[in-house]
Amino acid sequence: MDWLIEPFRYAFMQHALVAALLVGITFAMLGVHVVQRRMAFVGDALAHTTLPGLVVAHLFGLSLSLGGLAAALVTALLIGWASRRQTIKEDTAIGVVFTGMFALGVLLMSRTRSYRDLTHMLFGNVLGVTTSDLWFISGVALVVFIVLVLFHKELELTAFDPTHGEVIGLHADLMRFLLLGLLALAVVTGIQTVGVILTNALLITPAATAAFLSDRMPWRMLFGAVLASICSVAGLLFSYAVETSPGAAIVLSCTVAFIVVFVVTSAFRKFRPAASDLVQVDELNDAALPEEVSQCN
Amino acid sequence: MSEPRFPYSSGRHADPVKGAPSLLTEDIVVGYPGALVPALRGVNLEVPSGTCMALVGPNGSGKSTLLKAVAGLLPVVSGSIRVYGNCVGACHHRVAYLPQRGEIDWAFPISVERLVLTGRYVHLGWLRLPTTRDKDIVAASIRRLGLSGLATQKIGNLSGGQQQRALLARALAQQADLLLLDEPFNAIDASTQDTIYDAMRNLRQQGKTLIVATHDLSRLTGAFDMAAYLKAGKLVSQPDASPCFLNLEKEQVWTG
Repeated sequence: MDWLIEPFRYAFMQHALVAALLVGITFAMLGVHVVQRRMAFVGDALAHTTLPGLVVAHLFGLSLSLGGLAAALVTALLIGWASRRQTIKEDTAIGVVFTGMFALGVLLMSRTRSYRDLTHMLFGNVLGVTTSDLWFISGVALVVFIVLVLFHKELELTAFDPTHGEVIGLHADLMRFLLLGLLALAVVTGIQTVGVILTNALLITPAATAAFLSDRMPWRMLFGAVLASICSVAGLLFSYAVETSPGAAIVLSCTVAFIVVFVVTSAFRKFRPAASDLVQVDELNDAALPEEVSQCN
Repeated sequence: MSEPRFPYSSGRHADPVKGAPSLLTEDIVVGYPGALVPALRGVNLEVPSGTCMALVGPNGSGKSTLLKAVAGLLPVVSGSIRVYGNCVGACHHRVAYLPQRGEIDWAFPISVERLVLTGRYVHLGWLRLPTTRDKDIVAASIRRLGLSGLATQKIGNLSGGQQQRALLARALAQQADLLLLDEPFNAIDASTQDTIYDAMRNLRQQGKTLIVATHDLSRLTGAFDMAAYLKAGKLVSQPDASPCFLNLEKEQVWTG
């Protein structure tokens, strides 16, 4: 067991472990909502648009977290507003905004000629997490967890049936803004561990993996959190052993977990027909409608 | 019925006005954003409490639009809608709306039970969890529509007819006084139709008000007290239960 314990004797590895676990769990829980609402692209956009915020904060010697957070919140509001107006298609608006903001970040950063810092922003620096960073990450994790628990029934309802939400006075837009706000908070912590480019992987991959394992959202969140935790530890250990980028190692172990679970569950389904296969027979019965009914369509 | 402590859209709640009809629309014009011609062009309708009204007319005549406007899903351009004497949205917990099946993401990971439970949310509001009583009401609604065996199934595993029944079960669980049902008989098998008519009969006996958009003219007479016929966004005749209207030939109705 020494190979498991030994790396974590160092303070920087302990910090990295706590950060990776907290971020992994937070992202897995949020990710279940994001995947269900088909908002994967939004997470990516939020992560990328933090770059100019990070750079400006870096240039003026301010807190990187706050700079990133400000940029992410502004983007979250813009995305929410654009999708509400529907004058431009949401994915188009996101595509334009996030590439533009990212380019602005790169442009600003290239003025400073500090490519080491740019690399840290792009690919994260989980081994450099400080105690104050850890406090920030814990705070965000706690806020996300509490909000997701308290507003679970509303978030769930507006995701699959926004119409019913509107009928009972629960505005789907409001819940969407709430989710975007949480996402903006979380993204800033994700950037510290795996960086701007790979943050979205933490959001999507564990949640997508958990979707193979359960048909219920709370279980998906739990499985996603467990998977993300295992992958965080595995990724850190791997990167320590072979001296590679820890962020990339964590993301890759998530990807491997996804592939393994996908293959195993597909094989399992092959030998045992799923409930959804059985129902198709029922749907055929429905298709054979009485004539007078089908006339209506 | 217990009022929610933190209702959604609080501040707009109002008690029903005594003696007011369930629904009163005065010359309402309703349009979809971006459409050139409004979908409803001056509809006057009064639905007294405790009536069961059919809303008939060809596709695109405005049946769904009318129900959506009453449910508060579409804003009125002009005219007024009064639900129990109040503005739309003031009596959320008294109005249940059954959407057409396509409005819902059936691939969502949620069980039939939980879908029906969302009908109770209007009585819970923010931060409150369903009580045992809510769960009993849900179980009873599911039983009434013959879905007990499927209660724990994922909604995506249901057939079209079963989905329709699940949605009606939710509307029942809401224990609303006014139920707006948008095409509950569309593309479902005969036995599901019977189950739904059965549930409607039960609601009528409880004195609930129902407004049902339907294409099924063969059963208008027995199942409804009155019928309103919409054509191109206007009411063709004042709604009444006169036999001459209810006995309209099918052909006439389709072509208008």
